[in-house]
Amino acid sequence: MNNFSYIKAPDLSAAFSQIRSGDAAKYIAGGTNLIDLMKYNLTKASSLIDINHLDGNHNIEELPDGGLRLGAFARNAATAYHPLIEERYPLLSKAILAGASAQIRNMATNGGNLLQRTRCYYFYDANTPCNKREPGSGCSAISGYNRIMAIMGTSDSCIAVFPSDMCIALAALDAVVNISGEEGDRSLAFADFHRLPGDTPHLDNNLKSGEIITSIDIPKKGFAENYSYLKLRDRNSYAFALVSVATGLELENGIIKDARIALGGVAHKPWRVQEAEDFLKEKEPSPENFAQAAEIILFGAKVYEYNSFKVELAKRAIVRNCIMALNPETQLPGAQPSA
Amino acid sequence: MLNYQSTDSPVLTEDFDTQPVTLNINGNLTTLQVMPWVSLLDALREYADLTGTKKGCDHGQCGACTVICDGDRILSCLTLAVMKEGSEITTIEGVAENGHLHPLQKAFIEHDAFQCGYCTPGQICSAIGMLKEGKAKTRADVKELMSGNLCRCGANTNIIDAIMEVKNQNSHE
Repeated sequence: MNNFSYIKAPDLSAAFSQIRSGDAAKYIAGGTNLIDLMKYNLTKASSLIDINHLDGNHNIEELPDGGLRLGAFARNAATAYHPLIEERYPLLSKAILAGASAQIRNMATNGGNLLQRTRCYYFYDANTPCNKREPGSGCSAISGYNRIMAIMGTSDSCIAVFPSDMCIALAALDAVVNISGEEGDRSLAFADFHRLPGDTPHLDNNLKSGEIITSIDIPKKGFAENYSYLKLRDRNSYAFALVSVATGLELENGIIKDARIALGGVAHKPWRVQEAEDFLKEKEPSPENFAQAAEIILFGAKVYEYNSFKVELAKRAIVRNCIMALNPETQLPGAQPSA
Repeated sequence: MLNYQSTDSPVLTEDFDTQPVTLNINGNLTTLQVMPWVSLLDALREYADLTGTKKGCDHGQCGACTVICDGDRILSCLTLAVMKEGSEITTIEGVAENGHLHPLQKAFIEHDAFQCGYCTPGQICSAIGMLKEGKAKTRADVKELMSGNLCRCGANTNIIDAIMEVKNQNSHE
């Protein structure tokens, strides 16, 4: 870890002026990913600007339209266990609790969860080429050991996977990311926040330099009756997903009125396919229909030497999770398969 | 030789100074003079001479460095000491009361919940935090919510037994 100075920002304008003045200054909130990356010398900073003490955005608040605003500085654990989240957005609660460990969830912020970097082995190994770490150096994963890598939305530059669980549920819930910057405030639909690698894999998301995520809004519809988060991984807990699925179903008289299916572990961003969700509308919640939706979602998957298993795993996970969503009370700790 | 390191290297010419950070560690107000990059873990071990908290992986993967900060279990290796100004920190040295071992310490001894003992301080601080959170209902819940603490000796079954005993005692109170 390189040497750096430390500054506590009292408010947003102070944070913006500090980030502007510092050569390679960086914001720090929970720090659970940033400090780790700095210890590996994968990220360097001349100064760290502590934004934990900014006014506001530390809580979960109700919005006039019936939705909720998640403060960017609220901790993951406080969010997952918040009574309003547990009651109205259990899908989000389950997804958060499937990620990291209890200690890290007590430290990590909601805003930071969106900004965590990939867990690609080669990104973490500074002795190998990586276009995300060092643009133009090449991708070691494409011809390397790519078992954990992406199968959707990849490019010739990068096949890394975005590792969040929380964000898979936020994508399914049509969340909106609220951002503040020196040039003003703006909001991005969740689908527009993270990027595909394309030929700029060093950019994980569309946050501009110096901007801060202040909150995340989730609309009223929370799918609290029929939801499920399934996370498949090499060990039952405290591991990143090989494939994860967030499902929300709205049923009426045994017919699907609305469906959301978002996948983790398969792409550079949470993966949703509108066509598959539209296909399920006005249909019965049957394994056959879920399987058809899975085929639509995985259409066009591109596999590499060691990760072809992910296509079938993802298809089966989608069907299994949609069936689990019909009986959410059967769910097990750690988002394991049930039902 | 090719260098694949990130190119966003800052200019590191300025002088850096230590900063005072005042922590309430196990009930004792302690002011440490640390550089900004000193982790809470290193501050506890190297500056406050409290070596009960262990450095395992130093990357947030093993849980050996778990301490309780303002009531929550956290990883001291992924926290900068300067970020915790004014916080209350409880380490393994501070969990016994009036010369009596904490119930979890006793239960760990009774259940032989360690072999080398290196993960034990983190396991016990983590378990104290978990019981306070009150979210675990079943043994499966306890295993899930203790998954951030690894034991490489193979004592995990006994660790969960010890925690379950204390959890069940508390729920009968």
